[in-house]
Amino acid sequence: MTFSFILSGFGGQGVMLMGQILAQAGMQEAKNVTWFPSYGPEMRGGTANCTVVISDEPVASPIVDSPDVVVAMNIPSLLKFEPRLKKNGFLFLNTSVIDRKATRNDIRVIEVPANEIADRIGNLKVANMVMLGAIIAVTKCVRKDSVVSALQYKLGEKGSSLLKLNIEAIEAGIKHVGG
Amino acid sequence: MKKIMMKGTEAIGEAAIIAGCRNFFGYPITPQNELTEYMARRLPEVGGCFLQAESEVAAVNMIYGAASVGKRAMTSTSSPGFSLMQEGISYIACAQLPAVFVNVVRGGPGLGDIQPSQGDYFQATKGGGHGDYRLIVLAPSTVQEAVTLTELAFELADKYRNPALILADGLLGQMMEPVEIEEKQVSYDNSSWALTGAKDRPPRKVTSFNIDPYGLEKMNLQLQEKYRKMEQEEPRWEEFQTEDAEILLAAYGTVGRICKSVVKIAREAGLKVGLFRPITLYPYPYSPLEELAKRVSMILTVEMSSGQMLEDVKLAALRLTRIEFYGRMAGVVPTPGEIFEHLMQLVRRR
Amino acid sequence: MEYKVAYKMPESLSKKQFSYCPGCHHGIVHRLIAEVIDELGIREKTIIIAPVGCSVFAYEFFELDGTVAAHGRALAVATGMKRARPDLVVFTYQGDGDLAAIGTAETIHAANRGERVTTIFINNAIYGMTGGQMAPTTLLGMKTTTSPYGRAAEREGYPIHVCEVLKELRGVAYLARTKVNSPKDVITTKKHIKKAFLAQLKDLGFGLVEVLSTCPTNWGMDPLRAGKWIDEHMVKEYPLGVFVDKVGEEK
Repeated sequence: MTFSFILSGFGGQGVMLMGQILAQAGMQEAKNVTWFPSYGPEMRGGTANCTVVISDEPVASPIVDSPDVVVAMNIPSLLKFEPRLKKNGFLFLNTSVIDRKATRNDIRVIEVPANEIADRIGNLKVANMVMLGAIIAVTKCVRKDSVVSALQYKLGEKGSSLLKLNIEAIEAGIKHVGG
Repeated sequence: MKKIMMKGTEAIGEAAIIAGCRNFFGYPITPQNELTEYMARRLPEVGGCFLQAESEVAAVNMIYGAASVGKRAMTSTSSPGFSLMQEGISYIACAQLPAVFVNVVRGGPGLGDIQPSQGDYFQATKGGGHGDYRLIVLAPSTVQEAVTLTELAFELADKYRNPALILADGLLGQMMEPVEIEEKQVSYDNSSWALTGAKDRPPRKVTSFNIDPYGLEKMNLQLQEKYRKMEQEEPRWEEFQTEDAEILLAAYGTVGRICKSVVKIAREAGLKVGLFRPITLYPYPYSPLEELAKRVSMILTVEMSSGQMLEDVKLAALRLTRIEFYGRMAGVVPTPGEIFEHLMQLVRRR
Repeated sequence: MEYKVAYKMPESLSKKQFSYCPGCHHGIVHRLIAEVIDELGIREKTIIIAPVGCSVFAYEFFELDGTVAAHGRALAVATGMKRARPDLVVFTYQGDGDLAAIGTAETIHAANRGERVTTIFINNAIYGMTGGQMAPTTLLGMKTTTSPYGRAAEREGYPIHVCEVLKELRGVAYLARTKVNSPKDVITTKKHIKKAFLAQLKDLGFGLVEVLSTCPTNWGMDPLRAGKWIDEHMVKEYPLGVFVDKVGEEK
């Protein structure tokens, strides 16, 4: 089984971290993973994306033509990556930011008002974790407990106070898609 | 052993520390800054020296200094910075000093861009600086292999007293992958030639200089003898599904692993495709490629350049089989799909 | 009758014959450095870095471990050595083209970092080995093979004052300009050289001694005339003195 993802959004929306946690969680389940970021001169504000592959086999190419999953956190991401999504692939839309619909009808679209859900929990910054919750619930690419322990690893001791909030966000994302 | 997720650049840094490197001199340039920053953070923790030089020109000469007193030393840069280091590398090669370089190649020529490229192959493998010298050139394709090859680079550099280069690219440098890094005790002894002070022995001179042409030719012959030995003993490569292959892809580094996906796609489509991935770009594994060339109907060389390694493929396989090329330049990374498409066109054309 | 050694070859000089022109000051400065190294008892842990220029062979003339750096990069090489082996004593020997033209960046930054190394800087206002071309320190009006009409400020810029530039850098622990065209000056210069080494040995910072020197061959003068020319012209452009001294009195 192989899952490939492109996660994309504005710099600052936490798409890089989302991808890293996904990859880290995959690794903790003894899977082969790669995480590759777009990188450029813009540190903030531009659209950033990363490609994640999670596989039972060794990962050959860390870049993919047609991902199984596209996560669009803003409109430019939707425009850029919807056409590349694999047939029957999953398109996750952050409808808090994206006020338009997907154009293809051969894909599965999951709408998540990630900012609003995050805001309800009390911190807009965890919109990425809300989305991550939705992703794992729908695709079942990694287990929730793996994500939680990946999150723990990523946040480290310094960020341990943020762990609870992030877990809450992930759970809200799961709940939103009925997981 | 525990696996941890690391960026290629950081994994190279940690591997260097494991290999006993305690001296790093570097200058910021994208896309390798994470390595320089990693060393800035880590080296003081292990009692080593990190110094940000005033330029790549200074950095390479600091490496010369540290290497000449017998210490393992390393620097890291990206294409334009590596150009600036060429003079110093030529001196280091001629003075027969071990040192390890990392070039995280980006799009060129000129200022170019900061995206992944393989456009520095000629510079790395055919010289780059002045004079008759060679670099040991290692091209990892995964983060784990970057770790192995960094340790190997220090070993080979010491073994041959010759500079060694990790030729990576922005993709390998920036990507994260699980790695296992084994803690080990590394010891090395350069006391037989290093400048340590003329105590209880006659003074030693380590130079790249001999005003007498016959003397200098002798030094050159020594270098050449070393290179012949390397060519005998050190070529390394990987073959992937070549046993029954009728078509061979030849690619190194990041493109090497991208081509593994192409092999899989092609085999699903019923084509017997294999991959030849050189790991040492100098010394180049000509012989195994020549053997494979005799068995396949076509070799497709794929690079993120206009066709630089292609020349070495031709040296090994010219007139033995059909040789084709597919390349992207300037920081554009070819995807498995587009390579496969090109391959199919070539197959149909024959 | 008992004999006492009153004068001998310094141990830190090799027995190789100098290859310098008659009247050139490299030989005097070499000897002074060797005497200082002997007196400080550091021969067995001192490394010389020779430059590219007339003194490219300097590493051969000392009974020390040594190397030759790429043109202008001696202080980068010295930095690498000293950082990797702080227990060694490292010095560079550089000319004006090496130190103040192609190697300006390395000079300024090594000094500014306060590298614990010592530099002996030979300023003879000309490129010697390549055959008498203009140096950054060539005097105004001075004719060289690449300033055949005489150096003009509006065309070639002004002679660069290395000590005056470096003295503003906080990493510098000892900095002096001197000459060796009279016995008195030779004695003074030796003191300066010793202090520049002490700056390193006492872990105070960077030490540099600029020695105004002759180049009779490329100046087109006999050795005596060249020696006088230093007083008549060089000293006027490049005043002698101690610019930085954090070493203090010698014990």
